[in-house]
Amino acid sequence: MSLAYLVFDDGRIFEGKSWGATGKVFGEAVFQTGMTGYQETLTDPSYHHQIVIMTAPHIGNTGMNDDDNESSKIWVAGFVVRNPTTLTSNWRSQNDLEAELVSQQIVGIQGVDTRAITRHVRDRGAMRVGIFSSLDQSREEMVIEVRKAPLMAGAFLVRDVSTPTKYIVPAVGKKKFTVAAIDLGIKAATPRMLSQRGVEVHVMPYDSTLDEIKSINPDGVFLSNGPGDPATMSATIELVRSVLAAEIPIFGICFGHQILGRALGFETYKLQFGHRGINQPVLDKNTGKVEITAHNHGFALEAPTQGQFTTVYGQGEVTHVNLNDGVVEGLQLLDRPAFSVQYHPEAAAGPHDAAYLFDRFVELMAKKVSV
Amino acid sequence: MPLDTSIKTVLVIGSGPIVIGQACEFDYSGTQACRVLRAEGIRVVLVNSNPATIMTDPEFADATYIEPITPEIIEQIIALEKPDAVLATLGGQTALNAAIGLHERGTLAKYGVKLIGADVKAIERGENRELFRTIVEKVGGESAKSIICHTMNEIIAAVQNLNYPVVVRPSFTMGGLGSGIAFNEEELRQIAGAGLRHSPTSEVLLEESILGWKEYELEVMRDRKDNVVIVCSIENLDPMGVHTGDSITVAPAMTLTDVEYQKLRNLSIDIIREVGVDTGGCNIQFAVNPLNGRIIVIEMNPRVSRSSALASKATGFPIAKIATKLAIGYTLDEIKNDITQVTPASFEPTLDYVVVKVPRFAFEKFADADPRLTTTMKSVGEAMAIGRSFSETLMKALRSLERSEAIFSWPEIDVQERERLLVSMQIPTEYRLQQVQKALWAGATIEQVFSATKIDPWYLRQIELINEQAKILAEPGELTMDLLCDAKSQGFF
Repeated sequence: MSLAYLVFDDGRIFEGKSWGATGKVFGEAVFQTGMTGYQETLTDPSYHHQIVIMTAPHIGNTGMNDDDNESSKIWVAGFVVRNPTTLTSNWRSQNDLEAELVSQQIVGIQGVDTRAITRHVRDRGAMRVGIFSSLDQSREEMVIEVRKAPLMAGAFLVRDVSTPTKYIVPAVGKKKFTVAAIDLGIKAATPRMLSQRGVEVHVMPYDSTLDEIKSINPDGVFLSNGPGDPATMSATIELVRSVLAAEIPIFGICFGHQILGRALGFETYKLQFGHRGINQPVLDKNTGKVEITAHNHGFALEAPTQGQFTTVYGQGEVTHVNLNDGVVEGLQLLDRPAFSVQYHPEAAAGPHDAAYLFDRFVELMAKKVSV
Repeated sequence: MPLDTSIKTVLVIGSGPIVIGQACEFDYSGTQACRVLRAEGIRVVLVNSNPATIMTDPEFADATYIEPITPEIIEQIIALEKPDAVLATLGGQTALNAAIGLHERGTLAKYGVKLIGADVKAIERGENRELFRTIVEKVGGESAKSIICHTMNEIIAAVQNLNYPVVVRPSFTMGGLGSGIAFNEEELRQIAGAGLRHSPTSEVLLEESILGWKEYELEVMRDRKDNVVIVCSIENLDPMGVHTGDSITVAPAMTLTDVEYQKLRNLSIDIIREVGVDTGGCNIQFAVNPLNGRIIVIEMNPRVSRSSALASKATGFPIAKIATKLAIGYTLDEIKNDITQVTPASFEPTLDYVVVKVPRFAFEKFADADPRLTTTMKSVGEAMAIGRSFSETLMKALRSLERSEAIFSWPEIDVQERERLLVSMQIPTEYRLQQVQKALWAGATIEQVFSATKIDPWYLRQIELINEQAKILAEPGELTMDLLCDAKSQGFF
């Protein structure tokens, strides 16, 4: 086993051992705190161009299977773990994690102090990082290369992850509604959750036009999660404004929430180190209830959390806030059928506490139809 | 919802004597409860028959009664002290049974005292196996096939449908008292006969065997606003068949995918809601078939349990303290997280470390005791360790038992001895894990050991890694920094 290095753009270097594919890779350093669900994390398109540090010490125990993928491939740029398993044990496992990383050419590093790395990212904020595995380069050369890698702020990445052509996920049972899901990096669990509720989901490319959306005569428009900086999404933001004007019900999650927020005139900003894990407490301000939710975001929306706000589409309000740090986690318009959350009601990986939001979207479409 | 100001005096029921299955963890939880109540300005009346506990020290309660924990005596205390509420969910099974007794005598109604934490209906739904089975079915879960019996004739008839081995579980007992696995009629008559005697309702349950399945526990907390959090998942290294109290347990669960873990989480939440534990903690146990993932809900404890104490120490989430605060009106989002002091208690702890608990036995003090580990708890204590990998943590925990036999060793073992080990490890005993380690050391394969013990191969591989490290360490040559670091991270010291 040869040496590998995790190199931060501030010059800090962690030495570990090569794991997965060898070579070098760059991305934004982010840490993920889930104790289960590494397969879902690896295949989540929102991690495009990010090097993910897992805080759970043992990774790979249950191997990889075909059922739990959130997309057709691994999207993380690089994978950082402390103690990868050398024996997979699960009745559903079809492949070893490391074998899968090698076959998909994902560079990893193991045997590093993931707690120290996580503390570094927490203290200094998300930053660029590189993994150099089985290479013979000086420390200076490695740091210089990392500093040449692109920053996440200002990154437009949706083009890489969005579906090139429309595809349809049929409704389970009787079809009740049709939804146009704008694919900004959608996970497999999302159309599944909708289809289970009698929704036929048309997953559409990120650059679909209003006419293309209208051509399927949708009852609602869904804005998915996805990678990159929401400030770069001006075309999609314009599209959302036209959907709002057409009064088609909208539900956005994660990146889609940030885009809806920007369409309403709010700003987004980069969090110090983001929320990535499956244990974030979110307060539903209207019910007073707390839900434990799955998160994966480095940017957040700047909106007033007290009282109502005014937009060109009428009054709105922030509906959900994070109890750990007060970050805006959800909003809704009061005069138009549109709402969004910053977290992941489809879970995968993560708790299913927020699955009711899909029911809420269905109710919103039902109300719209009956009007 | 803030403090319930209608509660001025609370009667806390302690857990009584220390016996196998009910040790100092309930002194710890009861003491926490007294502290929290007094800090809120509530008058605390305490009853506990065991004067050798911390909670009976004078500073923990306003009035302390060292009296038997029986409904009759507690009624007299209630008549004297006129408490507004009784808190019985932190004193183990003894306190819970006493609370049920108080309800059945009509004491609670007579004096207008309310039960806080869990009410009588919830306790019954959680503890009565038939009621609980209905609840599990209602939320879409599965229980092991079983038949309730009240007489020996019923028992002998029932086993025709379930086949041997069959599990015997008496109702309303603690620490699995009187329960066991019968492989034939003679054993069944012996175990079930004792079970009928031990059960206060002369009721035992016969159950299909799920021996060898993976065993899990989830620690759940719920508040009056119906917020629910899972504090911790615990995986038993020893598969089904060994009582949790006698098992080596690991937190968090190591061998579940997120899909499987979320199934357990959803079931736990649905069950605590349906049982109606309005405030406080409970513990729900599951068996998972390692061949196909079929999940069986085993049981729940509608109270703070032995595992809660472990989960509290493992995660830093003080279950007893928070359960008490929930019982007197607070909600999870109003309580501060003890560790961060700024974020709320309505969150689920995530660990970047591993926790291992190993049981401590004292068979040398019980000359006639059967050394086999069964569904009746036999350990007298436990040691818990925290580390950054399973192997490191396991080695620390084994050392903490302060028994030289418990610590792994690497002697020369011949083939005959290896074969003997592979046979003897089929029956779980105090030192089964050491037999496993030595058999692997002597060249037994993971498949062989798995088929003898049903211990998940992931754990067996971790033990094999410890053995590989031992071999490297024994080789002549310099002890380099790298070698020392590797050895330390595998738990060598």
